[in-house]
Parts: sequence; C-alpha cells; structure tokens
Amino acid sequence: MSSESQVHSSAGASQSSHKTYNIGFVLAALLTLIPFALALYPSLSRSVTFLLILICAVIQILVHMVFFLHLTTAREQRWSLVALVFTVVIIVLLVGLSLWIMYYVHYNMLGW
Amino acid sequence: MSHIVLNESVHQQEHGYEDAGSLSLFGFWIYLMTDCILFATLFATYAVLGQAVAGGPSAADIFELPYVLAETFLLLFSSITYGYAMLANHRKDKRRVLQWLGITFVLGLGFIAMEINEFHHLIAEGYGPQRSAFLTGFFTLVGTHGLHVLVGLVWMALLMIQVQQRGLCCVNSTRLSCLSLFWHFLDIVWVCVFTVVYLFGVI
Amino acid sequence: MFGKLSWDAIPLDEPIIMYTLAVVGLIGIGGVGAITYKRKWTYLWKEWFTSVDHKRIGVMYIVVALVMLLRGFADALMMRTQQAMASDGSPGYLPPEHYDQIFTAHGVIMIFFMAMPFVVGLMNIVVPLQIGARDVAYPFLNAVSFWLFVSGALLVNISLGIGEFARTGWVAYPPLSGIGYSPGVGVDYYIWSLQISGIGTLLTGLNFFVTVLKMRTTGMTLFRMPVFTWTVLCTSILILAAFPILTATLFMLSLDRYLGMHFFTNEMGGNPMMYINLIWAWGHPEVYILILPAFGIFSEVASTFSRKRLFGYHSLVWATIVITVLSFIVWVHHFFTMGAGPNVNAFFGIMTMIIAVPTGVKIFTWLFTMYRGRVRFETPMLWTVGFIVTFSIGGMTGVLLAVPGADFLLHNSLFLIAHFHNVIIGGAVFGYLCGLTYWFPKAFGFKLYDPLGRAAFWCWLAGFYFAFMPSYFLGFMGMTRRLNHFNVPEWRPFLLLEMVGVLIILCGVACQVMQLVVSIRKRHENRDHTGDPWDGRTLEWATASPPPFYNFAEQPVVHGIDAYWGMKERGVKTLIEADFRKIHMPCNTSLGVVIGVLSTVLGFALVWHIWWLVITSLLATVAVLVVRSYDQHTEYYVTAEEVERVETERRQLMAEA
Repeated sequence: MSSESQVHSSAGASQSSHKTYNIGFVLAALLTLIPFALALYPSLSRSVTFLLILICAVIQILVHMVFFLHLTTAREQRWSLVALVFTVVIIVLLVGLSLWIMYYVHYNMLGW
Repeated sequence: MSHIVLNESVHQQEHGYEDAGSLSLFGFWIYLMTDCILFATLFATYAVLGQAVAGGPSAADIFELPYVLAETFLLLFSSITYGYAMLANHRKDKRRVLQWLGITFVLGLGFIAMEINEFHHLIAEGYGPQRSAFLTGFFTLVGTHGLHVLVGLVWMALLMIQVQQRGLCCVNSTRLSCLSLFWHFLDIVWVCVFTVVYLFGVI
Repeated sequence: MFGKLSWDAIPLDEPIIMYTLAVVGLIGIGGVGAITYKRKWTYLWKEWFTSVDHKRIGVMYIVVALVMLLRGFADALMMRTQQAMASDGSPGYLPPEHYDQIFTAHGVIMIFFMAMPFVVGLMNIVVPLQIGARDVAYPFLNAVSFWLFVSGALLVNISLGIGEFARTGWVAYPPLSGIGYSPGVGVDYYIWSLQISGIGTLLTGLNFFVTVLKMRTTGMTLFRMPVFTWTVLCTSILILAAFPILTATLFMLSLDRYLGMHFFTNEMGGNPMMYINLIWAWGHPEVYILILPAFGIFSEVASTFSRKRLFGYHSLVWATIVITVLSFIVWVHHFFTMGAGPNVNAFFGIMTMIIAVPTGVKIFTWLFTMYRGRVRFETPMLWTVGFIVTFSIGGMTGVLLAVPGADFLLHNSLFLIAHFHNVIIGGAVFGYLCGLTYWFPKAFGFKLYDPLGRAAFWCWLAGFYFAFMPSYFLGFMGMTRRLNHFNVPEWRPFLLLEMVGVLIILCGVACQVMQLVVSIRKRHENRDHTGDPWDGRTLEWATASPPPFYNFAEQPVVHGIDAYWGMKERGVKTLIEADFRKIHMPCNTSLGVVIGVLSTVLGFALVWHIWWLVITSLLATVAVLVVRSYDQHTEYYVTAEEVERVETERRQLMAEA
C-alpha cells in the first residue's frame, strides 16, 4: 500500500521530510514574530501596519499549507485543491458581503 | 450479444478496501472545509460586534500580546512535532511516533492551559462573555478554537493508546493522517485568530 | 434532578393538543401492535434499522418524510381554517399563542423534516445506482445521518406533548427568539432539533460529494453522469458550504439563551440584525438545496418519457453549476427592508434577477426535450408538465420580488407566501412526488397503482392553484402573513377560496395514502421482474427491482451519456452469467440507532436543562464513537457463490415473466 501524503494517498513520503518541516517552521516563526513586533512597537502608520500584518498572516497560512499540509497541484490531490479554493471563495463572499451589509445597516439604522 | 468486462479495470473498479485510506483522508479534508466556513461565520460576527464594548473594556484594554505570542509558539512547535510524528509513521517507527505525539500532546495541553488561564483572568475581573457583545464574540471565537484543540487532544490520546495496542496498521495510519490534517488546520485558524482578534485589536 | 421539567409541561389544558396526542398515541400503539403481532421486529431491526445500505436508508428517509408531510399539512389545514373563520373579527378557534406555534412548526417541519429528508431519501436510493457504484463512500456515516435526522424529527414531535414549540416563525429571529422574549422551551426545541438533524444533513452532503467524485464506475466521466447525479453533486456542495453557517448561527443563539451572551440581544452591544444576515446566508442556499434535485428529477423524467435524449445536457449542467455559485450572493433579498440601503439592495436585487436566468435556460431545455419527442403522459410526466407551468409562474413572481422597491411593499405579505409556496410546492414537492412515482418500482419491484396516482396529481395541481393564487391578490390588497385574526371583508372571499384549495389538496393526499395501500395489496399482480418498467436510459434501470444488496455483480463500463440506453442499443446484457467474483461490502451496525437515541436524549436534556443527563449522553456518544473505532469487523466479503446464486435467481425470474 502506498504511503500517504498529508492530503491524499499518493506516492512516496519523499515530498515530506525533516527539512520541509524545519524550513516551514522557521518561515512561520518569522511570519509570526514580524507582525507581533509591528503591533507591540508601532512605528509605522496604522493602515500600513494593518496591511503588513494581514500580508504576513496570508503568507503564513500559505506556508502552513505547503510545508505542513504538503498541498500541491498534483493530479491525485486535484479535488482537494479545488475544494480549498471554493471554500476560500465562499468565505471571502460570506465575510466580505456580511461586513458590507452590516456596515450599511449600522449606518442607516443606527444599529447597536 | 456480449457483456463487456475489462479485466484490468475490474481491480480499479473495486473501489473500497484498498483505497479506504485515501477516501477517508479526502472526506476528512472536505469536513475541514466545512469547519473553515463555521469559523468564518464566527469571524464575521466577531468583526461586526468587535466595537460594541457597551462601556466595558475594548480589545486594546485586555489583550496581552507577549502572552499570546507564547501561546502561538506553543501551537507552532506542536505543529512540527506532529510533523515529525508523521515522518516516523511513514518509516513505521512506532516508538518515535508515540514519542513525538506525546510531546505534541504536552505542547497542546500547554496551549489550552494558557488559554484557560487568560479566560479565567478576564472573567474574574468582570470581563466575561456576558459583559458586552465584543467580549461575547471574543470568548466564542477563541473558545471555539480552544474546544477544537481540546477535541484534538482527546483524539490524540485515544490514538496514542490505539497505536500502542495495535501498532501502525492501516487504519491507525489513516487516522494519524486525518488528525494531522486537523492539527495543522487548527494552527492555520489560530493564525487568523491572533491576527484578527489580538493584533488588529491592539493596533 | 429534572431541570425545568415538571408535570406542568404537558398541556392538559389545551384540548386540541390533547386530542391530537390521543390520536397519535392510538396510531402509534396500533402500529407497534401490528408489528408485534406479525413478529416483524427482528426483521425490521436486522434488515432496516441497522442497515447501512443506501437503498434501505433512502426508503426510511422517505417514509419519515411522508409521515411528517401529514403533520405539516395538518398544521396548514389548521391555519387555513383559523383564517377562514377569523376573517370577520371573531377570534377563531386557535388563540395566538397556539397559532404562532402552528405556523412555526408548519415551516420547520415542511422544510427540515419533510422536504430535506424526501430529497435526501431519493438521493440515497438513486445516486449510487446511477453511477454504477455499490454504495456511498461512507455507509456508516450514512446510517448515522439518518438516525440523527430521526432524532431531530422526534424532538419536534415531542415538543407537542411535553412543553411547547417556538412561536417565532421558522427562521426564529431574535430578539423574539432570545431568552428575554421566549423564556419557554419552544425555541430550545427548535434549536436542538435543527442542530442535531443539521449535523446529519452536513454528513450527507459530505457523503454524496465524495461518492459522486470518487466512486463512479469505469468510463463514467463527470460529463457522462446523469443530470440527477449532477444536481445531487451541486446540492452536496451547497449543503457543505451552507450548513456550517446554520450550525454557527444557531450555536450563537443558544449561547445567548443559555449563557446570557450578547450576540443578538438588544442590549450590551448585541445586534439582532446580524442573525438575520447569517440565517439567510444559509437560508438562500437551503432553498436551492431543495430545488436542484427536483430539477434533476424532471430532467430524467422528461428525457425518459419523451423517448429522447435530454436536450442541452451541457447547458443543464453548467446552469446547475452557475446556480450553485450564484446562490451565495443573493441572500439579502430576504431582508431588503431591514435597512442596508440602496447600494446593497441594488446589488443583491440584480444578482437575484440574474440567478433566474440559468433556471429559465433549464425550462427551455426541458421543453425542447419534449419537442419532437414521442411523449408518453405517464404520471411522472404529468407532474413534470404541471411543474413547468407552475414553477414558471412562481419564478416570475420571484423576479418581481427581486425589485427592492416592489419588495418594500410586498415583503412579508401574502404575495411572498404565494411566491415561495408556488416554487416550493410547484417545484420541490411536485419534483419529489414525481421522483417517488418514477423510482418507486425500482425500490420495491412493483409500480404504484396508476389511477390513484393520476387523481392525486390533478388534486394537487388544482388544489395548489385554488389554495395559493388568491394569495397573490391578497398580498396586493395588503394582507400580511401570520395573521391570527382580522376584520377585512374584502379578503374573505379569497380566503374561502383558498380553504377550498386546501381541501382539494387534502383529497390529493388522501389519494396518495390510498394509492400506497392499494399498490401494496396488488403488489404481486404488478410485480415487475425486468427492473426497467419505464424503458429507462440511466444505469439504475439496469439492475433488478429491487436491486440486490450489492447493486451490481459487476460494475458496468460506461461509454457515454444515458449509459443504459447505450447498452440497450448495443445489445449489452446487464446480467452476468459467469466469472462471478467476491464483493466487498460494509457490515450492518446498531451504532446508528444508538447514536440517534443518545442524540434525542441529549437534545431533550438540553431543552429542559437537565445538566447531568446532558453530560452523560455526551460522554456516552463519545464512548460509542470510541467503541466503533475499535471495531475491526466493519466490512466483509460476499462470496462469489452467493453472488452467483442471487444473479441466477434473478435470471430465472426474468425468464418466467
């Protein structure tokens, strides 16, 4: 029986190794320390800080997905990737549109 | 009149036993996608209610970033220790698997302990989830993540017992892979939590 | 010891409820007595309750759905009679506290405990057969899903006799559904029955998503799947994406109610409007979950009974996919009047109108399928034509409501009621009843008695128009929904007309009940041994009726759309005569039933605040899952000899017929 990769049973454990996890850890650690530093020691404008923290979070999530979850565009994993992309789209729609709606509801209705 | 049987394909056609592992893993991944949407709903609600402090404390008043940083690193370390456990699983090294899982468990437990401590402090000061909509959102979002981690820990303990009893057989191996997906997913959600709740709350 | 539960919970002072309970009790005792008398408990337990076979589970879903249809319809009858009686200022016979529970229960039951299980049941019976598979991807989860659904249905029914139900309407808006304005147990029954059955539904979505993607037989690429399977795939995607929103939202409402939190309260910063936003972000995909499989059913039926390949297969598939995606960006049309303002309303209004387009495309593809076909007006085809006309009207009134300006006048009026009943009854219910008639012979091996089926259709069709078309006018005349009593003489004639309509539908339902009785009585005369009573085009018709428990002795190889039609044209035999192989199948299990029982206890304990019972039932559920994880005998092999025996028996029956 072929050994399993993280997301889908496919060939070989060669794609995951100690190196992968270690590199992933270092990247994730950096991408954690930077935003925390930006927040603890505010030296840039608020909106720039906000943007940088957001970018670090997005990149760190990608790091987790590539280095820890071994997400690739390999054919055996294709549906998992499709499902992930679809989920992200739904989440962006749900959260984004909800915020838009509720902002204007608040504006018009003096809600809360 | 003939019926068509492709001999080579019969084996492929028999989906089920041989492919059970990958089928379970794929199904679990899809479940995780639904869990993402569940968290997204909680995030959206937190974002909407985040300014509603009802005269009580706001995010900047109650969050201690160094503490959260420590929690974050506990979880991040536990992610790679689980990764090392998975590598040992591929090598079919039962002893190492159990060792790394044990370390992961302790790190995860540490995370939970820190979180319970934080909650306890806030509640003791009168800043519990009933104080305001902002606090309701905070406790629920962070608490739901914590509950997931707790479930993961219970699962991990049970799996460690089963690996000890039955070794790294097919089913246990699949379950380790599923828990791995779960554990890393929880770390990803935590990245969103510390970013949206703690960091954005403070700046 | 028993939390809030006491003897006062039984509504002894409400005669209507007590009579209902007495009748239900008698029927229940009668049913249990009949089964005991015929000594069928072992059979039921072994062959049905512990089954993980998708065909059996599907039938059980539909049985419960039909029973709940009767209860939901009884609610409708009560509402209609109340409105007919109380339209001249008199109070009628249902006081508001009771009436409010009835319209809430009517909505909850019809959507969650009639429509959802009906569609899931049909999905279960048909999809694995249509894709040439032996079962779904996760048979144990399938059983668990069913019993979780039963648990939810039980809780709703228990609320009739012990306590009360919610009085908030079927979507339970706060602050009315909050603990302040609904301090009783009604909303808690609502929350837990939906949460428990909601988990079941989510697991079903997961199951069918993976089944369709991963378990299709050789040669069946995605674009060779039957349209019904496509709609089931898209429905599963909708379930997977939307139900977590419902779970989270009800969870937050329960936190408000149980722990005094402030998500949706009026004070301390809560925002009830966020609940409305979230519940409809779920609610809109939900109605597409109900309608897409119906579209799939009509596609199969239109093609089969026009003896013609479906027109525009690719258009239908892409239209379904487009609807799936678009259904996530229209939800504000359920609350245009809440105050999001012109920009938000305009965006969602336009998106709502756009989503009507792919549906319109589908109507045309069905019409073009029938055009120049050799149409046979069997009963399923009657339902299809009835649907095309009725649903089109309902869809068009939907586009009218999509205009925010119009909606400001028509929101929550009877115009809205007419619209959604128009599309739900004319679309979803007609679809399921059509599917029931179409696939009944596959599931049971004999057709439903046709004359009563036709009578039922005509009663439903005429009854629907009488019962709901006047509501469009009532809406324009200003009548709002959920009115208990009023005094507007102009409305009276319309309401009386609607009362007639409901009685005609009642005749239709009676015909269907009689049809079942008569069909079962005549089943030996009408036995179908071919497995293909309608001259079908898709793979499910290639099996026996009912199919053997393993579905296919040998999974067929597919070369195109309408796989079975292709096989018929090429003269391929579907029964194999040699080369039998052993088949891998899942074992039956009692754990599904156990989890269902534990969930019911858990839900009941949560409703009544019996905390020790909550904890024990939760721990017991975890224990059951742990026990399951230790079980190493969840699957077995059917021997080749057994397969040979079953197939040979079928060949003999076919030869004799």
